Amino acid sequence: MSSHAVNPAAAATTGPPGRAERPVWEEEPTRISRVGKPVVLAIVFLIIAFPLYVVVVTSLSSTEAVTRAGGLVVVPRDLTVAAYVQLLSGGVVTRALVISTAITAVGTAFSLLITMLAAYGLSRPGSLWHRPLLFVVLLTFLFGPGIIPSYLLVNSLGLIDSYGSLILPTAISAFNLIVMRAFFMGIPNELIDSARIDGAGEFAVLTRIVMPLSKAVVAVVGLFYAVGYWNAFFNAMLYLNDNTKWPLQLVLRTYIVQQQALPSGAGGVTASPGLGLTPAPSLAIKMAIVVLAVVPVLLVYPFIQKHFTKGVIVGAVKG
Amino acid sequence: MTTVDEVTTPTEQEPAPAPPRRRPGRPNWRLRLRRDWPLLLMVTPVIVLLLIFHYLPTLGNVIAFQDYSPYVGIRDSEFIGLANFSRLFSEGAFWSALANTLTITTFQLVFFFPIPILLALLLNSVLSVRIRTIIQGVVYLPHFFSWVLVVSLFQQMIGGAGLLAQSLRSHGFHAVDLMTKPDSFILLVTFQAVWKDAGWGMIVFLAALSTINPALYEAAAADGANRWRRLWHITLPGLRPVIVLLLILRLGDALTVGFEQFILQRNAVGADAAEVLDTYVYFEGLLSGDFGYGAAAGLFKGVVGLVLVLVANKFAHLVGEQGVYSRS
Repeated sequence: MSSHAVNPAAAATTGPPGRAERPVWEEEPTRISRVGKPVVLAIVFLIIAFPLYVVVVTSLSSTEAVTRAGGLVVVPRDLTVAAYVQLLSGGVVTRALVISTAITAVGTAFSLLITMLAAYGLSRPGSLWHRPLLFVVLLTFLFGPGIIPSYLLVNSLGLIDSYGSLILPTAISAFNLIVMRAFFMGIPNELIDSARIDGAGEFAVLTRIVMPLSKAVVAVVGLFYAVGYWNAFFNAMLYLNDNTKWPLQLVLRTYIVQQQALPSGAGGVTASPGLGLTPAPSLAIKMAIVVLAVVPVLLVYPFIQKHFTKGVIVGAVKG
Repeated sequence: MTTVDEVTTPTEQEPAPAPPRRRPGRPNWRLRLRRDWPLLLMVTPVIVLLLIFHYLPTLGNVIAFQDYSPYVGIRDSEFIGLANFSRLFSEGAFWSALANTLTITTFQLVFFFPIPILLALLLNSVLSVRIRTIIQGVVYLPHFFSWVLVVSLFQQMIGGAGLLAQSLRSHGFHAVDLMTKPDSFILLVTFQAVWKDAGWGMIVFLAALSTINPALYEAAAADGANRWRRLWHITLPGLRPVIVLLLILRLGDALTVGFEQFILQRNAVGADAAEVLDTYVYFEGLLSGDFGYGAAAGLFKGVVGLVLVLVANKFAHLVGEQGVYSRS
């Protein structure tokens, strides 16, 4: 594919807002497409947005609202944040949130650091052994080690029930590494050579020349890693037997997907929200857990969207 | 381009001794090591992690040929040849898991694969930039949700206590729980996959569409081609390399059908409909502590998957497409 592939989204976000003109040679749209297109687009929009809307509204609903609706609430009435206050004042969900946040922060920093170093280390043409080393990375695309040998390895390294088991085995995404390397390779060599002539070592070249030029791709790869760590649940299910160490996704699976009863009282969810609020219904509490799992993704999503068309797609298309 | 015999790193303190045997145009590796050691140092953490957490467990698959016991360890467990595999191939549950996997893959190839293409064509024809941006923003989003979250959302919509069941009940109908029905499970997982990833899959087609030269459309229109002929003779040929590439990738992945998605729902639906190869390895190998047998099932999947990728890529070269990788 040609290297100047530009996603329309990039044009859409950078270009002037408004409406493209229909070219003069194109036929008038038929009546079917004039009616059908907006209908299909509206359906697509609703299929994705509606479940999120219902979950958010229910999480903010009082006991009466839930009872009146007979369950999930579609029409918002007398909203309350009691469910969130109860969840966040200590107990299972608060702890899981802290754990998930910490793993995401530490894991992302670690992954991003070693990915940047390796991407730069493999991006200079003609450097020693870069082909065999690149081959070691690329070969991981072709096969995975399998669940059972991975489990036995983590077990024999003594990482069961440690947070290292949630970070180290999945710390590298070969895809992210290749995307970043492709971007680094696009930086003109003259720039890097002139820095070297001025006496900069490779680390200085990376931090002073390459990274400032690659903010977009570093941001996108970092956000990809962050979303990956936040969403990971299988490794936690495999490697953590101790349920006081569970991240949020595992809590979500246990209490929402498997529908186990949330523990109440000191160890679980606070029974009363305090602050003069009436306790939230258990359905609202459950939906609030779902919302808490989505919110971080929604917060970083605009940044991903802003950068990924430029950074990732163009990089990936160039190969 | 850096010429290889340029030595520009400041770490170079003294001139290197003259290399004894030097291939023409290529400096001695020791000289290059002196120049490139910082680069090698930078690559080291990634290589070490990959060797430990990817290559080492890959070698650990030897337990598929052992009567492995965790108390004895890999080194001292007895080798039993292909006994694990002959047990695997005589097990009805394994064949059922394989059949489920292939059925679901085929079903999704027909009913999932075209949707991102159709979405891209639809969105590409929308003239309003604002509507386009909004729809793109919304359809990409679920790709960044975890499977736990997606399954939770589906449960709240169409599960036994979900919105659909709730409104059916309040209108006096019989409530249905679409999340635990084995008969419609294949539809459910396909719909979930479409909901989560069809929008994301659309990106690459949008990128491909934007590379098609608009003058081609104008010229075709001037020659009297209507919109369907332009779609057939310009748009689809423009998308063909991407379509072939993604088909190859999908074929190479034929034995994988959304691991987490199935692990999460296998118990609610039952093994008959929801057991796929990955869940079989997990439930029959890992959870029941039958490590050697489970590793045999996993190795079968890995090897067949590898062969499928290589075959699909070869096929792509034969029909004149680029494929995933080439020899260069």
